[in-house]
Amino acid sequence: MSASSAFSDEKGGSSSVGEPEYGHDPASGGIFSSDYKRHDDLKEMLDSNKDSLKLEAMKRIVAMIARGKNTSDLFPAVVKNVACKNIEVKKLVYVYLVRYAEEQQDLALLSISTFQRGLKDPNQLIRASALRVLSSIRVTIIVPIMMLAIKEAASDMSPYVRKTAAHAIPKLYSLDPEQKDQLIEVIEKLLADKTTLVAGSVVMAFEEVCPERIDLIHKNYRKLCNLLVDVEEWGQVVIINMLTRYARTQFLNPNLNECLLEEGGESTFYGSDADQDEDEDEDKKDEALSKRKPYVMDPDHRLLLRNTKPLLQSRNAAVVMAVAQLYFHLAPKAEVGVIAKALVRLLRSHSEVQYVVLQNVATMTIKRRGMFEPYLKSFYIRSTDPTQIKVLKLEVLTNLASETNISTILREFQTYIKSMDKDFVAATIQAIGRCATHIGEVRDTCLNGLVQLLSNRDELVVAESVVVIKKLLQMQPEKHSDIIKHMAKLTDNIQVPMARASILWLIGEYCEHVPKIAPDVLRKMAKTFTNEEDIVKLQIINLAAKLYLTNSKQTKLLTQYVLNLAKYDQNYDIRDRARFIRQLIVPTDKCGALSKYAKKLILALKPAPILESPFKDRDHFQLGSLSHLLNTKAGGYQELPDWPQDAPDPSVRNVEVPEWTKCSSREKRKEKKVEKPFYSDSEGESGPTESADSESDSASSSASGSEQSGSGSEESEESEERSDSDEEEEEEEEEYMSLDVLMGTISPSGSLKSYELLHRITGEGLWVEYCFSRQPFLPDPHMVAVQIQFTNSAATEAKSLRLEEAKLQSGMRVKEFPEIEVLPAGESATVVMGVDFCDSTQAANLQLCTHSRKFFVSIQPPVGELMTPSFMTENEFKKEQGQLMGMNEITEKMQLPERCQNEHAIVQRVIAAANLSRVPCGSDKEFAGRTVTSGSLVLVTVATKESGPSQLTINCEKMVIGTMLVKDILLALTQ
Amino acid sequence: MIHSLFLVNSSGDIFLEKHWKSVVSRSVCDYFFEAQERATEPENVPPVIPTPHHYLISVLRHRIYFVAVIQSEVPPLFVIEFLHRVVDTFQDYFGVCTEAAIKDNVVVVYELLEEMLDNGFPLATESNILKELIKPPTILRTMVNTITGSTNVGEQLPTGQLSVVPWRRTGVKYTNNEAYFDVVEEIDVIIDKSGSTITAEIQGVIDACVKLTGMPDLTLSFMNPRLLDDVSFHPCVRFKRWEAERILSFIPPDGNFRLLSYHVSSQNGYPVGYRSLVAIPVYVKHNITFREGSSQGRFDLTLGPKQTMGKGVEAVLVSSQLPRGVLNANLSASQGTYTFDPVTKMLTWDVGKINPQKLPSLKGSMSLQAGASKPDENPSINIQFKIQQMAISGLKVNRLDMYGEKYKPFKGIKYMTKAGKFQVRT
Repeated sequence: MSASSAFSDEKGGSSSVGEPEYGHDPASGGIFSSDYKRHDDLKEMLDSNKDSLKLEAMKRIVAMIARGKNTSDLFPAVVKNVACKNIEVKKLVYVYLVRYAEEQQDLALLSISTFQRGLKDPNQLIRASALRVLSSIRVTIIVPIMMLAIKEAASDMSPYVRKTAAHAIPKLYSLDPEQKDQLIEVIEKLLADKTTLVAGSVVMAFEEVCPERIDLIHKNYRKLCNLLVDVEEWGQVVIINMLTRYARTQFLNPNLNECLLEEGGESTFYGSDADQDEDEDEDKKDEALSKRKPYVMDPDHRLLLRNTKPLLQSRNAAVVMAVAQLYFHLAPKAEVGVIAKALVRLLRSHSEVQYVVLQNVATMTIKRRGMFEPYLKSFYIRSTDPTQIKVLKLEVLTNLASETNISTILREFQTYIKSMDKDFVAATIQAIGRCATHIGEVRDTCLNGLVQLLSNRDELVVAESVVVIKKLLQMQPEKHSDIIKHMAKLTDNIQVPMARASILWLIGEYCEHVPKIAPDVLRKMAKTFTNEEDIVKLQIINLAAKLYLTNSKQTKLLTQYVLNLAKYDQNYDIRDRARFIRQLIVPTDKCGALSKYAKKLILALKPAPILESPFKDRDHFQLGSLSHLLNTKAGGYQELPDWPQDAPDPSVRNVEVPEWTKCSSREKRKEKKVEKPFYSDSEGESGPTESADSESDSASSSASGSEQSGSGSEESEESEERSDSDEEEEEEEEEYMSLDVLMGTISPSGSLKSYELLHRITGEGLWVEYCFSRQPFLPDPHMVAVQIQFTNSAATEAKSLRLEEAKLQSGMRVKEFPEIEVLPAGESATVVMGVDFCDSTQAANLQLCTHSRKFFVSIQPPVGELMTPSFMTENEFKKEQGQLMGMNEITEKMQLPERCQNEHAIVQRVIAAANLSRVPCGSDKEFAGRTVTSGSLVLVTVATKESGPSQLTINCEKMVIGTMLVKDILLALTQ
Repeated sequence: MIHSLFLVNSSGDIFLEKHWKSVVSRSVCDYFFEAQERATEPENVPPVIPTPHHYLISVLRHRIYFVAVIQSEVPPLFVIEFLHRVVDTFQDYFGVCTEAAIKDNVVVVYELLEEMLDNGFPLATESNILKELIKPPTILRTMVNTITGSTNVGEQLPTGQLSVVPWRRTGVKYTNNEAYFDVVEEIDVIIDKSGSTITAEIQGVIDACVKLTGMPDLTLSFMNPRLLDDVSFHPCVRFKRWEAERILSFIPPDGNFRLLSYHVSSQNGYPVGYRSLVAIPVYVKHNITFREGSSQGRFDLTLGPKQTMGKGVEAVLVSSQLPRGVLNANLSASQGTYTFDPVTKMLTWDVGKINPQKLPSLKGSMSLQAGASKPDENPSINIQFKIQQMAISGLKVNRLDMYGEKYKPFKGIKYMTKAGKFQVRT
């Protein structure tokens, strides 16, 4: 292969332009084998007017770039082809341009006009790629052009172009940080975008440019939460990480009370030595506890937790990890457990994934051991695991060890000690040491096991054991003088310096327990002093000093000898130590006051070392982050803030114009481009997303034919204007509405909640939602008016949309809407139909037909929609209420949250929950209505008191409706 | 996010580099080579290596290191997962992901990398979308392109990119409409010296090959969905439906994809009496001993089937890493062939099929280094096998229905059980 391609390469260099031989695959390895120095032939090919030759040349150039060869001298020849018609040539030229533009700034400018033209192209792919390349050229001169292009693209019709604009923001920011303020404006605008395509990219831009501007998120928080499931996986990771930080600044710690309790509980459990302190502590805690108000989770906090949970099922490990860290940092303790299973599942993935996951699990197990305890066996080690994975699993196992499972874990450790992987064995011995220090019951067992290891044939194992035994013995030396004796014998054989040093230190420290052996060990050591490693030498000096102080009769001369040897040692540390020790312990006439205290100084009681996990306290880094993995702050890391003491105002997340509260402007609104998010949708798939999609679809289909270029931005400006005026209008209306509410005469108000009738995926692009318009249904007053909105987001038009009754419950009746003959692609239509639900919340099962298909759909009415407002005076109300006592009256006590203590809020919430009208001028808050079918009265009273619980009373002769209504209104009022 | 990517082969040469922001000198890889030298085994190179100005995040697949250069904070799993996705895409495009394949298709590789990341942030990673942007190289297309000068780069924005079903393109057409599902389960076991099971887990996947015209909407239901309590889905699966009805409802991607993977463990979350333990389909009798003072060791191994529901155990392969002191093994196999590599001390025994009437065994002696003391450690035995027509967890697909299209597809389902990390300690 290489020979033949080299041949043709050669030919290419010599023969005239236009030979078909150039057509061979350029990447076929020829380039790798032949050494290309001259680029003349490439230039000729690029200058030719045949696309195939140009392509050929570009392929070879790209292959050279891939290998890291410098091809910058071809820049002028390549840049000429930027406007080439052949799309592959063009793409490869882009690759080249982006790679070398920085080095050849002046020449790169030649290409700019092409991109500027591309930005106006009717094809969205070309607009996007022009912006992509333009923003990737790192030439400072064009910063203003880039800024302009980004601003324009941010209001492009195509979400794909808007996504590209979001990607371009960090590029421009890294080129010229001074543009920050302008870029933030663009980010703010794009954050308000409702398409899932844009969401991930713009949050990424936000994180790179202005992560500190948390205030930009408020208005978009609920929308982001709701869109999250549909965002592409990489965007999900970025959004979840950002929302974790956001939540830490905006919500209260859900575990605060538990934290206090827990601390109290733990200290009693481990029986700390200061018992009386503890009582005081607990008193304080009780105080702190009683001072705190009962914790109620912010509904937005709950929303985040609820909407991220399904993502634990993602196939993408990064998404699972992101959700796991979110739960770890934000969820109430009782709920964190759900992440364990998902994380354990990741352990079956590639070893790199395991490595990262295990690091995070290790940190989590320190704080929340119980969470992973059921999965203990999933962390058992296989001989085929790579060493770094083994060590991490060992760490997790050690953290999970408790009184109950320690025997299983130790048995498992015993098999690990026989492993052939010696690094792993050493780590196991360390782990046994840690288990022994933490769990008192097994300390002796562990110690015995480790002592047995001292006779192991492998020196590394013995050495590691010695080091660990030393630490364990320090905890209770008096019991274990035989072990110390045993270890003293080891000095003859063991060569590992660290182990020798440890033994010597032990003998010195506890020389009183082995009074006969210690001087002998010193004698042996003195003989070999000169050949020892430095750390051993230091310990010999220490041993000598300690023995001199306790048993100077036997060891005086030996000590002198050792100190003399040390005096002439090569290492200055050792010389220094020797000089210092000599001054301290050997009494001379000149010696200072210190030598009196020598014994106290050297033989002071030393605290036992605490064997701690290296993962302790790592959780102050956001889990899953690079900084956490490395345990140092990486560049660009955003600190995870502490929970606030008092929750910031939750109303900042309210979007000022809750459009769904109005029904009158609904139809109007649908025709326009909606700028505000649509968060009421519990499905997480909001209407505007869809409409934007369909818009762009239609745009792309029409774009190919017609000249639509310049109109894109105009149109969107127009839409902005329109939405501005819309807003004003809405504000006015809202004012008006609130007046209405105060006067208590309002009838159709409250939230108009949309429900999905047909999902756009099931409907193949046809998307249908319905809402209860609360208007009287004129053809039949015993029917509930249901407003249905069809949106066609498919590429083709939908024909003859109609409903057919399928299986209605007995008594139910339906008045269909007139058939929609044609619904063109991208359009939407609204119709009203009537349903007689027979005063029950049974769903009406219908069949939705198009020209080609039938879908089974069902309309489920909330109980509050089964009634119409009825006007009555307070006296009438009281009279009617008097007649509906006993079985027909349902009373429920409730605790109203602070937010809806005032009259206005209560009225709004009740009216949103049920289609009732307020009895004007009532002393209490009274509402009246009649059920649609039978016209039975429904009377609702909310009695609030200054102190104590409020009371909700419902009088209705239909008891089923009454009970269901109580539940709904209660929910509406207390949430 | 991701600054640059370097591809390093097993001999330590950088054979491809790609930069998404300004160029990072390839000398940054020296830190990686240092770490590589320190690591005893190729898989022990730490996946994340900090250097003074950058961070290197690498994955090892097909004996190629994919080294990504990072400049600032980014979740490491994000990069690792992305790199694996790159490898999967290469495999999808070129059949294999080897150094030769990448070098042969360097232009396509470059075009792919260009589409997959923009400024270091993933742009299009869904293989359906990529295939519309850049057509995979086939012999025929290469020929046609050579003659006509046409390209393998798409001109239109892939429909999936904007649709609500990004994993499926529109206008798919097949003459034979077929949907195949493979339920493949791998069983991970550790069995201790005495033969008792320490851990047993099943990792299952359902891989699908769906070639259906139009926009079919499939539902797949199971006889015993309770088994699946720890699952992860392809994004196409409607999670709400699963939560509510335990039915997999989805619009499938076109071609091969992994519909779901699941995990069944013996230890947690199981209703007592339902199936409290994972069944172990084979057992091993072993006797591997070394005597003090003698330079001989005994090796005796017998395999047998158990709990296989009458299905045959096939493609059995036993391997064991013998202690360093073993010089040679002199064994005789009742069935199959064995090899012993005196350098790596790896003993492998290709057994083939287990015949329940005549159990396969491997017996004989091992010679140890003269004068060396008895090895402390006993080798562990790793076993591989396959059982066709059975899912060891007992998972059974009930039915597959298709909505939204009128034709009748051909449906098929296959079950298989394999040994995953099946380890016997001795």
